[in-house]
Amino acid sequence: MAEQDWKTNKRVFAAVSLPTLFWIILFFLVPMAIVWLYSFGENKGLTEIDISGTLDNYKRATEWLYLTIFGKSFAVAALVTLICLIIGFPVAMAITFASEKWRPWLLLGIMLPFWTNLLIRTYALMMLLGTQGFANKGLGALWESASWIKTLVGLQPLPTWEPVQLLFNNFAVVFGLVYVHLPFMVLPLYAALDRLDRSLIEASLDLGAGHFRTIMRIVVPLAAPGIVAGVMITLIPALGAYLTPDLMGGTDSQMIANVIERQFKKANDWPFGAALSFLLIYAMFALIAIQSMRKKVPEVR
Amino acid sequence: MTETARPIIQIQNVSKRFGKVTAVDNVTLDINAGEFFVLLGPSGCGKTTLLRMIAGFELPTEGKILIDGQDVTGVPPNKRPVNMVFQSYAVFPHMSVADNVAYGLKIAGVKGDEIKDRVAEALELVKLGGFETRMPDQMSGGQRQRVALARSLVMRPKVLLLDEPLSALDAKLRAQMQFELSDLQEKVGITFVTVTHDQDEALSMACRIGVINKGEVAQLATPSDLYEYPANRFVADFVGSVNIFEGKLTLDDPDKAAVDCPGLGKVYLNHGVTGPHGADVWIALRPEKIYLHVPGEGKAVKAAAQDAPDGYNFARGKIKGMSYLGDITLFEIELESGACLRVSRPNLSRHDQEDFTWGDKVSMHWRADSPVVLLG
Repeated sequence: MAEQDWKTNKRVFAAVSLPTLFWIILFFLVPMAIVWLYSFGENKGLTEIDISGTLDNYKRATEWLYLTIFGKSFAVAALVTLICLIIGFPVAMAITFASEKWRPWLLLGIMLPFWTNLLIRTYALMMLLGTQGFANKGLGALWESASWIKTLVGLQPLPTWEPVQLLFNNFAVVFGLVYVHLPFMVLPLYAALDRLDRSLIEASLDLGAGHFRTIMRIVVPLAAPGIVAGVMITLIPALGAYLTPDLMGGTDSQMIANVIERQFKKANDWPFGAALSFLLIYAMFALIAIQSMRKKVPEVR
Repeated sequence: MTETARPIIQIQNVSKRFGKVTAVDNVTLDINAGEFFVLLGPSGCGKTTLLRMIAGFELPTEGKILIDGQDVTGVPPNKRPVNMVFQSYAVFPHMSVADNVAYGLKIAGVKGDEIKDRVAEALELVKLGGFETRMPDQMSGGQRQRVALARSLVMRPKVLLLDEPLSALDAKLRAQMQFELSDLQEKVGITFVTVTHDQDEALSMACRIGVINKGEVAQLATPSDLYEYPANRFVADFVGSVNIFEGKLTLDDPDKAAVDCPGLGKVYLNHGVTGPHGADVWIALRPEKIYLHVPGEGKAVKAAAQDAPDGYNFARGKIKGMSYLGDITLFEIELESGACLRVSRPNLSRHDQEDFTWGDKVSMHWRADSPVVLLG
């Protein structure tokens, strides 16, 4: 099949791509460039910024305090990604092997959270996890009934139920981020698994491998592109997560995005905030570069 | 075949239904140890489902499957002493040829040195010696198929199952692989069960063929029996080219029979048919079993057809179409009854194709042992 080549149809290509290009330049690259320039500036008064070319902002941004926050953000994002992968892989496999009739509904179920605003979803989750939330109420009811059963068989009742602090700590941040990012992991995994030739799985079973070994030796290696895509698409937004740690985190669970936000708002130190932002962007660039340098798995059709 | 036939696979009253669709309908079939067995049928006839039930990828809705005397009906594929070569070959793309072939051995817990020897031996068997470190994407389709073959054979299965093994190869390679597969089967002595929709493939490779139609076994026979003595119209029509005419049985003795076909004329057979008198039957006549003559050479015709009484096994017509195929020429002849008859004629000399042309009046005869009477 002859593919459309931009070299032979320059005008068509231009007509199609110019609006998008214009959009990206005007509303993405130009503001980014401004922020980038700010990162080399210093505050002069409340609203004035003098772009003097100083590297002081970067020096401050690489101080130990901020590096630990970077490090922590990275650790949280990595943990979230890992949990998403562990939960998402079986989910994606289940969807792949579901019957033709069920598959669209299951995919819809995965995408359903996107229909609601992130803020509302986060508040819903907070209602669930609060000390008076459903999770605590459910646990409390279980505790009560356990206590009741104990008295029934003539044992000492359990002490009174104390609600568990599920919100405003690191657990809540990880839980919330996993909840938000799981669909991003499942969809690329599903796309990769769906492309997998079923007879490869059957061949592995035929040669004596059990299901677990087949998954580890055949399915996972061949779904590697999907796994990498899912990891990237989860890790990068999780690294820059702002809303979830802000609403669900405690005082010790701030991530780098929260620090950046403070520079632009309360601290009114735009140049420093810009420098922190760009350090984060450079880190993400590095991740993407590592991914693209990875050895490609040959595909046989 | 020197040893007496011993069934290695016994399929007993097996049915498979997918929802309301019956893919395999009460099939009972024995496949003997050491034979090259082919399941032949049109696409969607249930032959692949049958193969996948032997491999364990599908569970029969009803019935039992025995391998080497053991009931394996509910046994998962990884615990069955059979291996399969998939239609898409299913060579693991992320493993080298050697790793592909060693995959099953490693799982079976075979020791490192033995794995190496057996992999080398298996690759030698399929003529892929020296390809150990190649990756599948560096190989042609035919080579990948050999990897799949080696990967299965190295497991020394009791039965090797092959799903449409030649369908993805080009014509030349296909012909070569037909011979190689038969050769290989003889060399390793493992029972091969192949599924195909290609009758040439089936006829050339098989010891025995099971023709499957609409989930049922239409006939079970050796290739030549299948071709020369088809059991019903489906088999006669599916295997090879054939002329089929409806008729009435007018004579049925132990040593002779006659059928009156309105389309073809009076047909005489030099053997009996066990069918009720006056029954509706069908006559199947292969195109290559019909002799074509210029009219007026009646003497020659009579001399050749002397095993039938006068007026039998004889027809007249006009050439309506012909196609020259090099080795043979195919004629389409409009009979006086208006029916059409396909006749093939070998081009024994270089000028044979000039003997006849469009519109020529011709006469035809056939031997009394050529027509087959079909009851269904």
